[in-house]
Amino acid sequence: MGTIDWDAVQTADQVQRGEISAAECVEAALSRIDNTNPTVHAFLHVDADRALARARFMDHNLTRETKANLPLAGVPVAIKDNMVTTDMPTTAGSKILEGFRSPYNATVVELLEQAGAIIVGKTNMDEFAMGSSTEHSAYGVTRNPWDLTRVPGGSSGGSAAAVAARMVPLALGSDTGGSIRLPASYCGVFGIKPTYGRVSRYGLIAYASSLDQIGPLARSVRDLSRTLHLIARHDAKDATSLDANTILEAPIPTALQSLRIGLPEEYFGEGIDVRVRTVIEKTLDRLRESGVDLIPISLPHTRYAIATYYLIAPAEASSNLSRYDGVRYGLRVVGDDLIHMYQNTRQEGFGPEVKRRILLGTHALSAGYYDAYYLKAQKVRTLIRQDFDNAFEKVDLIVTPTVADLPFKLGERDLDPLQMYLTDIFTVTTNLAGLPGLSQPIGLVDGLPVGLQWMGPPLAEDRVLSAASALEAILPSPEWPLSGGIQ
Amino acid sequence: MNLTEKEVRHVARLARLAISSVELSEATQALGRVLDYIDLLNELDTDAVPPTTHVEAIETVWRQDRVVPSLSPEEATANGPQVSSQMFVVPKILDGGEG
Repeated sequence: MGTIDWDAVQTADQVQRGEISAAECVEAALSRIDNTNPTVHAFLHVDADRALARARFMDHNLTRETKANLPLAGVPVAIKDNMVTTDMPTTAGSKILEGFRSPYNATVVELLEQAGAIIVGKTNMDEFAMGSSTEHSAYGVTRNPWDLTRVPGGSSGGSAAAVAARMVPLALGSDTGGSIRLPASYCGVFGIKPTYGRVSRYGLIAYASSLDQIGPLARSVRDLSRTLHLIARHDAKDATSLDANTILEAPIPTALQSLRIGLPEEYFGEGIDVRVRTVIEKTLDRLRESGVDLIPISLPHTRYAIATYYLIAPAEASSNLSRYDGVRYGLRVVGDDLIHMYQNTRQEGFGPEVKRRILLGTHALSAGYYDAYYLKAQKVRTLIRQDFDNAFEKVDLIVTPTVADLPFKLGERDLDPLQMYLTDIFTVTTNLAGLPGLSQPIGLVDGLPVGLQWMGPPLAEDRVLSAASALEAILPSPEWPLSGGIQ
Repeated sequence: MNLTEKEVRHVARLARLAISSVELSEATQALGRVLDYIDLLNELDTDAVPPTTHVEAIETVWRQDRVVPSLSPEEATANGPQVSSQMFVVPKILDGGEG
């Protein structure tokens, strides 16, 4: 066991107690990145010098008392490349932002660094977070550390792969339709999308503003709690940021039997890979054996969620992405006049999936189609929310598979957008309803990880984290991949 | 609902995308398939259902009208592809636009 095997809490504890220096932790992470990133390609950018300088500063200049007040002292952290950083490039996986250097830091970046975290780099992602496989990055694919011929999931695939391959114990991702939980499931790590509005999105490059939310990926539940405790704060710079109770620094020990846990029939029907189903059923049996009463419930509008999402998200994206026009930042491709400059810039700067979604969203919002598409989707969104309101009158939490299948092969779905879209069927619902959702690794089948999803009512992160922590305690410790045979 | 290449070309123009003819035919097919799938929503009678524009209960958020430090003009224009005297330079707007 070396430092790369520690979770963030253990790393910070050891640094705080002076058992190990922050520089040693960062050096170990950087060396692991050197060894594994060329094959996994989780990072788009690594700033070793800056990370080491900050770690050495912490080691040499901070007293033990000061470090004791830094909950992430010396913890190497990766940031998805759609959160802006002044000291590193930010591309959002797009050619249109190549060379962009933000004049300010995202709030989450500031909060993590204030807590002693050492940001080592920026992770790969589907361009503008549009995708479920990280294959839609303009800078190459990320490979699943469990099987390098398979996708890590997306869009936060770089962050999930970096945590799974033990390059870093902790990473931030963003989740618009499942982009934290899906890669967490495919890579066998923990990931949580908090309640909409929990974490400030100041400095998060917008995809679909009524759905986007930032959250952590890690190798333990307690790491998710500690990170959310630090970053789920009200921020005046984000008008959608909630002024709510703080998430507890550690999950409260909870007896699972005291919770009413619902199993929605719509998430256990046809279409689930039989191997995934076996692992999920085994975990549900363990819950039953420990005295949990699993209550059958129904979320009847689940089957409409993907259709709803693929109107709302592209519509919002088409508006958000209008800012990439070659005027103020990013790529500019010359044209005869302003309109042609816009068109040439966007044509060259955006990849095929981003263009598809811009076209779909523009169509859904265009004259004559708005009511039939966008307004219709917003109404169905209300029905999906009401499903959850009704369910949470009967149960405290809901449990589902995170995703219906195992990580698929690279290239398997990128020719069929609809097939790719359907990957998110179990995760988009919490985005549409604004609820917290957590994916937890529960075991392997054929050497590939399976994830279980917890969903809770708005602001019930503490309950979700406590339940996940209690389940974590009764399951065998998760395994971590060799990352393509690289020890 | 079937989508024609003409409609997609119109949408591409609205979205300021100069898509190629190959992309146009691919996009028409892909979008058609997605829109066919989205037709699923028409199973639902939503006449009496209010739309959800936002999941939060919060209303318009106000702040004090107070001057706080912000980016300098140099910082704000530092990423501009073409900048002159703290202004973004763009091709001429009048004459020659496609209208």
